[in-house]
Amino acid sequence: MVEFVGDFKESLSAVRDGLALTFSPSAIPLKQRWRNNGLSADFLADYVISFFPRDEDDVIADARQADVRGAVAYIANELLENAMKYSSETAGQPTTIRLILADGAIFFSETNTTSREHGEFFRKFVRELTDSDPSEMYLRQMERTAEGGGGSGLGLLTMINDYGAQLAWRFEDVEDGALCVTTQVRLDF
Amino acid sequence: METVIVGENYSVDWDAATRTAALKGILRLNGLVEYAPIARFLGDAVPAGSMTLDLRGLEFLNSSGIAMLSKLVIEVRNRKSVDLTVLGSKAISWQGKSLINLCKLMPALRMEIA
Repeated sequence: MVEFVGDFKESLSAVRDGLALTFSPSAIPLKQRWRNNGLSADFLADYVISFFPRDEDDVIADARQADVRGAVAYIANELLENAMKYSSETAGQPTTIRLILADGAIFFSETNTTSREHGEFFRKFVRELTDSDPSEMYLRQMERTAEGGGGSGLGLLTMINDYGAQLAWRFEDVEDGALCVTTQVRLDF
Repeated sequence: METVIVGENYSVDWDAATRTAALKGILRLNGLVEYAPIARFLGDAVPAGSMTLDLRGLEFLNSSGIAMLSKLVIEVRNRKSVDLTVLGSKAISWQGKSLINLCKLMPALRMEIA
């Protein structure tokens, strides 16, 4: 069964350019793999800004380039950190992050397989996120974290609340009771 | 100014004279557990009075780091004994986007973004 939450684009039309990175489940300790998130996110950000050329005489274009770079590095890093924390290693499925440049928007599409238990928890969380005021939910989650509650979903909340991104999800049942989850992030520019 | 915590791409410096803690570099640690040493230092640095958190050299902070700062701000707010100032930079992308949320958590916080 497939379920969508939010305005998920199944086929991204008018794609100009894109880049996909794939990571297989690995026996390398998490601490070592963790570094790779930042490296990959920076790589994606540097790739994107080549489409936003610098202009030394144009301060606004320069600031915009820095803004796009910062947003892509932040969002890609959060998606990869979440994938690494919650991917099911037993499912043997890779994690993929795709970055797609469309007219007026950058799309991120991150897919990983997760356990049924975490997948259902996550599905409940994103439904709540989609139906809530992100600013109120952000403050609520922060107060909860300060009281010792974990798993605040702050990465997704900051994407919406601070970066103005639009998020959508695709949940699909796969073999062995696991769930394949795709998080799609749209960043307009 | 003395360096109190140093990691692969980051450091935490402390200036006792001005009661200023400066976070510098790139912070992408895994969850609040890995941020615990920094959180502990910042939480214990000033029991009462004024304190400045200088973030102008912090180029990147992941959401776990934002959670750590938010938690600190909520603790300071609840303690009611520390007068907190946060220094930020407009030139650093995440600061222009996310620092304002700290003021929502603690309206008495002084935020200077230049």
